Amino acid sequence: MTMGFTFAITLTVAAFTVIVTRIIYVIYKSSKPLSKLGPQSVSTLIVLGSGGHTAEMLNLVAVLQKDKFTPRIYIAASTDNMSLQKASALEASLVDERDDGTMSKKALFMQIYRSREVGQSYLTSIGTTLIAIIHALWLMIKIRPQVILCNGPGTCVPLCLIAFFFKVVGIRWSSIFYVESIARVRRLSLSGLLLYKLRIADQFFVQWPQLQRKYRRTHFVGCLM
Amino acid sequence: MRENDDGQSKKKKKKRNVVFVTVGTTCFDSLVRAVDAPEIKQDLLNRGYTALLIQMGRGSYIPTKCGGEDGGLAVDYFTFSSSIAQHLKSASLVISHAGSGSIFETLRLGKPLIVVVNEGLMDNHQSELAEELAERKHLLCARPQTLHQTISTMNLESLIPYPPGDATPVAKLINKYLGFLVD
Repeated sequence: MTMGFTFAITLTVAAFTVIVTRIIYVIYKSSKPLSKLGPQSVSTLIVLGSGGHTAEMLNLVAVLQKDKFTPRIYIAASTDNMSLQKASALEASLVDERDDGTMSKKALFMQIYRSREVGQSYLTSIGTTLIAIIHALWLMIKIRPQVILCNGPGTCVPLCLIAFFFKVVGIRWSSIFYVESIARVRRLSLSGLLLYKLRIADQFFVQWPQLQRKYRRTHFVGCLM
Repeated sequence: MRENDDGQSKKKKKKRNVVFVTVGTTCFDSLVRAVDAPEIKQDLLNRGYTALLIQMGRGSYIPTKCGGEDGGLAVDYFTFSSSIAQHLKSASLVISHAGSGSIFETLRLGKPLIVVVNEGLMDNHQSELAEELAERKHLLCARPQTLHQTISTMNLESLIPYPPGDATPVAKLINKYLGFLVD
């Protein structure tokens, strides 16, 4: 009886140690650039945050090498009709540039249940966030991206948490990049702060120098707009 | 400066000199009420503006329409429009809420801009951006209650054009991290 009990305790402690070690290893490895010369191309999940967030993100996507970051999967909140339209307009302009129509197959557009509306109270956010996480999990199992680009607000948090979970469990290794919105000059947004403090974002970019001075692990990149 | 503007407006009586006010998709009655006040309209008229066009969004305060036939400021308003870009382009001065979309769209067009911060918002991080850009002299920043003072003392010549943003530094860092060769 006591033998069995001791065994159970030992097993639990061992499992806990393995998980913590794995998490620390994942965080450590994520803080370093990919060791060998990276793959030829990476499936890229682009999370569109709505309004100004989407505009900033699409400015970034516009300058990425499209043959490296492919296929591109765009996700926007189901309440946001404009963002995917703008993204597909950008993708359509790429097709025109190439003039061979192949690009259109390399972009996918998806909608996600939104975790928190602007102005929603933090308390009711808990319930809606839970539903959003389940939907996000379903989408992420389908996509399993190698790269995630996001810049807030809320929508990207469950997606990044799941991506981190996939890294820990070994389902898929991904690199998570977060660009804090240009509207954040003195303090990080809630989404940004979460992904920064939990070390879920592998690289964290800010657009104002005073933010970089406050959060030392971020990279200052100047204004995207 | 003011007399100069007055002179110009008399010479080019027919030229429309529009002040465009935009609140985006928000409800910002205190801004609409502020620009609808007689002293602000008089100031704008003195500075040579001929018309005031207000995009009032979800607000409930209805400004007073005015044709401007009596030599006063012509005032018109609407709630939403798909052609905000066109209104921004044809404006001589833009007075906007502090949303980053409106701010950068106006700055990109090189239009003089007064951003009015909505202090009624719950999470008021928006003032950060407006204040930072005001400090860098790309725009003027006001509150509804200080808008009149801002307009009566403003010197639009002192504003510095906003250099367009550049996403290539981010792209470079991402490429470097992923081990992609940068050309």
